[in-house]
Amino acid sequence: MAENISKKSESSSKAANLLSMEGIGKSFSGVQVLADVCFDLNAAEVHILAGENGAGKSTLIKILAGVYDDYQGEIRLGGKPVRFKSPQEAHRHGISVIYQEISLVGTLSVAENIFLGRETTRAAGWLDTAGQRQQARRLLAELGLEIDISQPVEQFPVSVQQMIEIAKALSFDSRVIVMDEPTSTLSEPEVEKLFSIIGVLKRRGCGIIYISHKMEEIYGIADRITVLRDGCRVGCAQSSELAREELIRWMVGREISQQFPARSGRVGTVLLEVENFFLQDEEDPSRFVIGDVSFKVREGEIVGLAGLQGSGNSELLHGLFGACGSLASGEISLEGEPFRVRSPGESIRRGVAFLTNDRKANGYVPEMSVTHNITLAALKKFSPGGWLNPAAETISSRARADSLRLKAASLDQEMATLSGGNQQKVILARWLETGPRLLLLDEPTRGVDVAVKHEIYELMNRWTEQGCAILLITSEMPELLAMADRILVMCRGRLTEVFDRGEATQEKILKAAMGD
Amino acid sequence: MTDSFGTDTATGRVSAFLRSPGARALASLAVIVLLGLIFNADGAFFKWGTHRDMLRQVSVYGILACGMTLVIITSGIDLSVGSLLGFTAVIFSLLSIRWGWSPWLAIPATFVVGTACGVASGALIARFTIQPFIATLAMMVFARGMAKFVSGGQKISTAVQQADGSYQYVEVPPVFDFINSTILGGNLTVVTLLFFLCVIVSFIILAKLRWGRYLYAIGGNEEASRLSGVPVAAVKVFAYGMCGLFCALAGICQAAQELQGDPEAGMAYELSAIAIVVIGGTSLRGGRGGIWLTLLGTVIIGYLEKVLSINAVGEESRLMLTGVIIILAVLFQKRRG
Repeated sequence: MAENISKKSESSSKAANLLSMEGIGKSFSGVQVLADVCFDLNAAEVHILAGENGAGKSTLIKILAGVYDDYQGEIRLGGKPVRFKSPQEAHRHGISVIYQEISLVGTLSVAENIFLGRETTRAAGWLDTAGQRQQARRLLAELGLEIDISQPVEQFPVSVQQMIEIAKALSFDSRVIVMDEPTSTLSEPEVEKLFSIIGVLKRRGCGIIYISHKMEEIYGIADRITVLRDGCRVGCAQSSELAREELIRWMVGREISQQFPARSGRVGTVLLEVENFFLQDEEDPSRFVIGDVSFKVREGEIVGLAGLQGSGNSELLHGLFGACGSLASGEISLEGEPFRVRSPGESIRRGVAFLTNDRKANGYVPEMSVTHNITLAALKKFSPGGWLNPAAETISSRARADSLRLKAASLDQEMATLSGGNQQKVILARWLETGPRLLLLDEPTRGVDVAVKHEIYELMNRWTEQGCAILLITSEMPELLAMADRILVMCRGRLTEVFDRGEATQEKILKAAMGD
Repeated sequence: MTDSFGTDTATGRVSAFLRSPGARALASLAVIVLLGLIFNADGAFFKWGTHRDMLRQVSVYGILACGMTLVIITSGIDLSVGSLLGFTAVIFSLLSIRWGWSPWLAIPATFVVGTACGVASGALIARFTIQPFIATLAMMVFARGMAKFVSGGQKISTAVQQADGSYQYVEVPPVFDFINSTILGGNLTVVTLLFFLCVIVSFIILAKLRWGRYLYAIGGNEEASRLSGVPVAAVKVFAYGMCGLFCALAGICQAAQELQGDPEAGMAYELSAIAIVVIGGTSLRGGRGGIWLTLLGTVIIGYLEKVLSINAVGEESRLMLTGVIIILAVLFQKRRG
């Protein structure tokens, strides 16, 4: 393979180019979402596709993957024009997409998943199980992954499942591999692992299109960066020649003075006091997911909960919110009054709000309108005597939508049609509607673009200034260090360390999180 | 790209309506009515009597479909509605004909029995997380058994067998006659009126009450609803309980129409009720749909049967055609966006 890294993307006709997309346009029911976008990919290259939510990244990828076949423009693969009618066709041409959501069949084994839909057979149509296993084992070994391939996929953590997807892509001999925010569910060491695998893929001559919102990641692996904004290509540059400030300016179209707003840090009296908190395992009640955790949160304070995957920090928020019912135990007081964790409904009445880390699974109701999603948790307020008051619902949700600068064609629009960042705003609006004192935020900026991230940081500052307290989980270290006034580090269900602002560093936190 | 608020234009709203399940159900209905106008069996289709009879024949199914709609919107299913209809028909006949209870007591008592069965299904589903399909399948079998047990396997009619084997006839209770009668100068049957009443009650629940919103929320995303403080278990029990109540009303109507409580009544009615809901356009996956769609579905099935029967299409062809048309209607519904 030739090392022909061209600075400009216009050099698409050169043979070294794996892929070039030219003049790509696409509209949905009359609305133009992509206009005249060019994108190309060389062999042995990581090309970052960056842009805010709704900028058109996913649409571009779906066109490449054959999900949409009614688009303008031309795609050339190895110089030859192609037009995929279906994802299967794109797949056969060596294009593999690894989406944010894992698309494996959980109950089938690792080997069965890798060869799903193109099982190799021996004479008379009998499955060649032994051959498949051998090949699967070889593929996984290339990625440095040693797992039992006869186990069902669902038994493995998400990170391993993602590796299995990559192995599956390799088994197709894919030359173009697209990764759509692959690290959003991974812990730090797992991210390292993924990056080393990307290195392996590059050495094999694959081209990788990588979508990410995380600065550290982008500059960690990028060879080239292309930025989309509002369906148009803003620019394309070598990563070494594109400064961070410039990249952000390309993405948002305006300067963001600082990535994080300053914390004022005025702290009041104790709002939440947790003593000897335990959480039993749902499957095995003799085990504890969380053992003997005690801490305090004050008014106006943001307390970060750091920990690797499986540390129990997310479960702690579930337990405190009453989502685990009687599996949670401990002495808790809220605003000086004893608080028995029972049910989400009870917690909401006491002024606790809980933003979960998985919008799609347990955040929003996709079929319902924006308005109905906003009022869901505070519906009693809008239905005196059980009768709904739609006028009041509309007025309140419009006010919330305006104050959070929600972008939606209409508040009667179905939730599923909004972009990720706007969905997150709707869920935030829902919790604000309940008038919370304590906000439990689990990954509030996951899958959200730079501009919305910044808005969420500012909102967090505003709420704490109004006397709310926040318990924050985030897998982005800079976010944790900048936003949290104190950081509690958890490891295997226990609190291992507490840092004050300024005292904490990335290294110290990671050390404590690994139980060192 | 997304705009700010308030940009949905009139044309946008019209095109959104044309893509909605309601418009599609209306289109299906129009096709079937058109068939009726063409194959009008020498003008029989132009007589109001034909339409009144169609409504009367389909009303019991429609009442069951109302309850089924509430359950399906929570992404559940209730297979027990046919058996509950048979069971409550037996109970109502037993109370009014055999025991001579006043309708003011017999009707509420039958309602209590139907609701209790629905609540039992709902409790199994909500508290013990048994899949709705399984829980209501069990209730379907159990209620059928109860109907046969309570009736002793006999139809409860006005003919009462004496000790010597002869039959003595008791009078038909007036409430039976009333439910069977027509109003508005013979233009509408009371049964149809009761069906419309059920549609209105369901509409109020689904569109006007907080718990109706909860039904949609649970059907759309149960875990998100639970974490938003929705009392998921209680709402599910409510849905199945309401469904049981509607079954009891259907059972009363069925008993009045047949002048007896037949423990075999309502066999496979659950399938008709589900077909009506689905043809209307309410999604079996839950979270989407409404009672007007079910009203349309009921009338579609009604006209379909009527057009075939006035043209003297044999039962075997009618069943086959109905099967084909259910599939066509659902395929038509699926093509959206």
